[in-house]
Amino acid sequence: MSRKLVIDPVTRIEGHGKVTIQLDDDNQVTDAKLHVVEFRGFEKLVQGHPYWEAPMLLQRICGICFVSHHLCGAKALDDMIGVGLGQHIRLLPGPEKIRRLGHYAQQLQSHVTAYFYLVVPEMLFGMDAPPEQRNVLGLVEQDPALVKRVVALRKWGQELIKTVLGKRMHGISSVPGGVSKNISIEERDRFLQGEEGLLSIDEVIEYAQEGLELFYQFHEQHREQVDQFAVVPALDMCLVNDEGNVDYYHGRIRIIDEHKHIVQEFDYHDYLQHFSEATEAWSYMKFPYLKALGREKGSVRVGPLARLNVTKTLSTPLAEAALKKFHAYTNGRSNNMTLHTNWARAIEIIHSAELIKALLNDTDLQNTELLMIPADTAWTGEGIGVVEAPRGTLLHHYRAAKTGDITFANLIVSTTQNNQVINRTVQSVAQDYISGKAEITEGMLNAIEVGIRAYDPCLSCATHALGQMPLKISVFDARGNIIDELCR
Amino acid sequence: MSIQITLDGRPVSTQAGANLVDVAAEHGVYIPTLCYLKGKPCLGTCRICSVSVNGRIAAACTVSVSDGMIVAVDEPALADMRKALIEMLFIEGNHNCPSCEKSGRCDLQAVGYDVGMLVPRFPYRFTPHQREVGAERIWLERDRCIFCQRCVDYIHDQHSGQKIFTIKGRGSNARIEIDKTLADQMSAEQVREAAELCPVGCIIEKGVGFNRPIGERKFEIKSVRQRALEDDV
Repeated sequence: MSRKLVIDPVTRIEGHGKVTIQLDDDNQVTDAKLHVVEFRGFEKLVQGHPYWEAPMLLQRICGICFVSHHLCGAKALDDMIGVGLGQHIRLLPGPEKIRRLGHYAQQLQSHVTAYFYLVVPEMLFGMDAPPEQRNVLGLVEQDPALVKRVVALRKWGQELIKTVLGKRMHGISSVPGGVSKNISIEERDRFLQGEEGLLSIDEVIEYAQEGLELFYQFHEQHREQVDQFAVVPALDMCLVNDEGNVDYYHGRIRIIDEHKHIVQEFDYHDYLQHFSEATEAWSYMKFPYLKALGREKGSVRVGPLARLNVTKTLSTPLAEAALKKFHAYTNGRSNNMTLHTNWARAIEIIHSAELIKALLNDTDLQNTELLMIPADTAWTGEGIGVVEAPRGTLLHHYRAAKTGDITFANLIVSTTQNNQVINRTVQSVAQDYISGKAEITEGMLNAIEVGIRAYDPCLSCATHALGQMPLKISVFDARGNIIDELCR
Repeated sequence: MSIQITLDGRPVSTQAGANLVDVAAEHGVYIPTLCYLKGKPCLGTCRICSVSVNGRIAAACTVSVSDGMIVAVDEPALADMRKALIEMLFIEGNHNCPSCEKSGRCDLQAVGYDVGMLVPRFPYRFTPHQREVGAERIWLERDRCIFCQRCVDYIHDQHSGQKIFTIKGRGSNARIEIDKTLADQMSAEQVREAAELCPVGCIIEKGVGFNRPIGERKFEIKSVRQRALEDDV
C-alpha cells in the first residue's frame, strides 16, 4: 500500500515548514516536498506606512539576518530619494563602509550560529546519533573549549552589530542617503584590540580558521558521505563587482551554470525583466525562476555555496587560500555537493572576519559627513535594493507616492530563491536514505533535515531542548488515513 | 505668598497658585504627565497626572496649590490608577514602538516604562485609523494620537494666529485633523516644533525619521522622571 511520511515541523530552521514523502507499495519514494506553512504578509502590511520606516519595519521579518533586511531596505530608499542613480549623487564613502561593517558583522555571527550550533552537532556525532546528543548541549559535553570559542565569536559579532546599529537585534543605523552614526576611535579599538570578555580581531580570525579546520577534519574522515550527500546541480547566483567577484553589499547579479559559464548577468534594477515566480497550492513560498529558461532549468541556488562557485577570487588572503582549495576540489566546475555549503560557510566566516579587520583600520569609519541628501527633484518614488545576506541574494523593492506612503513592496528573500533547489535536495536525500527501506528510522528523517539546514541556517531553539524535539512523522495510506505515527 | 501644603505626608513650603505638578517636582516627587508642558496653559486632557487632593482625585496639572492642601501622589491605589490610564491610551491607539521613529523620544513610551507597564489589563481595540499624508512636510499617524491637544492649543499659523490642528468628531469618532494649506505654510522650525511637541509619534516630519542614533535619543540619555525632577523637559 502506498503511504506518505510527514516531517512537521522541520526543525533547526527559522520559520515553519514540513516535509512530506510519498512512498509507493514497495516503499519506493515517488515524491518529496518541502511545504512552507506560514504566511507573513509583510509586503502588504508595509503599504501605507511612510517610506523611511520600511527598513525598520521590514527587518522584523527575521531575528537572524535583520541587518541584511535593514540594509536592503536602506538601499532601496537610497534609490527612491535619488542617491546612487544620479551621476554625482552617490553614497559617501564613510556611510557605505559603516553599512558594510554592520553587514559583515552580521554575516560573521549568523554563519557562526548556523555552522557551529546547527551543523557541527551532526559533524561530530553523526546524522543518526540520538537527538538528545545531537545538539549544542551535546557539543558542550563533548568539547566545552570549542563551545566557549563559539560563544565568544558570536558575542564579538553581536557586539559589533550593536556598535554599528545601536542594538544587538533590530537596531537602526541606515537612513535614506546614509547612516545616522559613525564609529569612534574608542569603539573601533575595542574590536581591534579586544578587552576583557571581548576577543580581539586577530583572535576572531584565529577561531574562524579553527572552524574551517574542523570541516577539513570531518571531510577527511567522512569524505564519501559529505561528497555524495544530495548532489544537486543548479544554476548559481550572487552579486558580483566589476571584476566578477562576489560583493556582499552591492554589484550586478551574475548567474552561472555547472561549467561556470555566465548564463545571465544584469543590473539588479532589471530583475523583473529576468525573474518570474511560480506558485504551488501546497506551499506559501513561491518558486522564482529565470524567465528565459523556465522553472525547471531556470531556478537558481543562492548562499555560501553559490557565492563561492560564482566568485573567482576572494579579496582577503586567508579566505582566498581556502577558496583555491575549494575550487580545486571540483576541478574548476561548480560545486553541487550540498554539504559543501558548510565548507563554503566556514570560508565565509574567515572572509567576513578579514573584511572586518580591513574596515576597522579604515579611517573613513570616523567620517562625520554621513548623509547625502539630494534635491527634491531627484526623487524617483521607486527603489530596489539587493544585498548578499548570509543565506543568499536578498531583494527589496518599494514604490511610494509623492506624499511619502508606500504603495507597493516586493521582497524576494534568499530562502525563496533556494526553494526549488531545496526541494530537489529533499527529493535527493529521500531517494538515497529512505527509498526502498523497510523501516523508517529517526536518523533517516534527520538526514532530510540536514539537507534543508544546509540552505537555511537560522537558529531554532526548539530542537535543542533536550528530549523535546518537536518532530512528528505520520504515515498515511493512499486515502490519507494515518496508519502509523512516530514522535521524537 | 508663601504657603504650606502636605505632599505625601511631608510639609512643603511653596508659593500660592503654583502648579501642583511643578511644586511636586521641585520637592522631589515625580507626577507623570503627557499633555502638560511647564510654562504653557494647562490642558488637563490626558489625566495621567491624577493624584489625591484633599481626598478627591484631581489631575495635578489643573491644580493650583493653596495653603493647607493635602496631596497624595505615591500611594499604590493612585499609582495603579495612573498606570491603568496609560494602559488605556495604549489599547485605544495602535502603538508599534519597534518601528516607530519616536521610540526613545516618545513621552508615552517613557511614561509607560516609568510606571512599569508591561502589558495592558484591557483588551486592545485595534481601531482602524486613516493616516493623513496630504500635507507637504507633516505626516499624521493617527494610530498614535492620544488627543492631548498640545498641537491644537500650542501651534498656530504665524500670520493669522489660526489653529493648524483641530480635533473633529466626538467620542470614539474623534480624530486629529490638519489644515493642509496652513501646514504647508509652516516654517521648517515650526514643523520641527510641532513634531517635538507631540508626546507620541503622531505628528512626524516627513523623510527625516530615525536620524538620531540609538543610545542618543532623548529618554535614553535621561529618563522622563529625571527630566521632570531636574526641570529638563
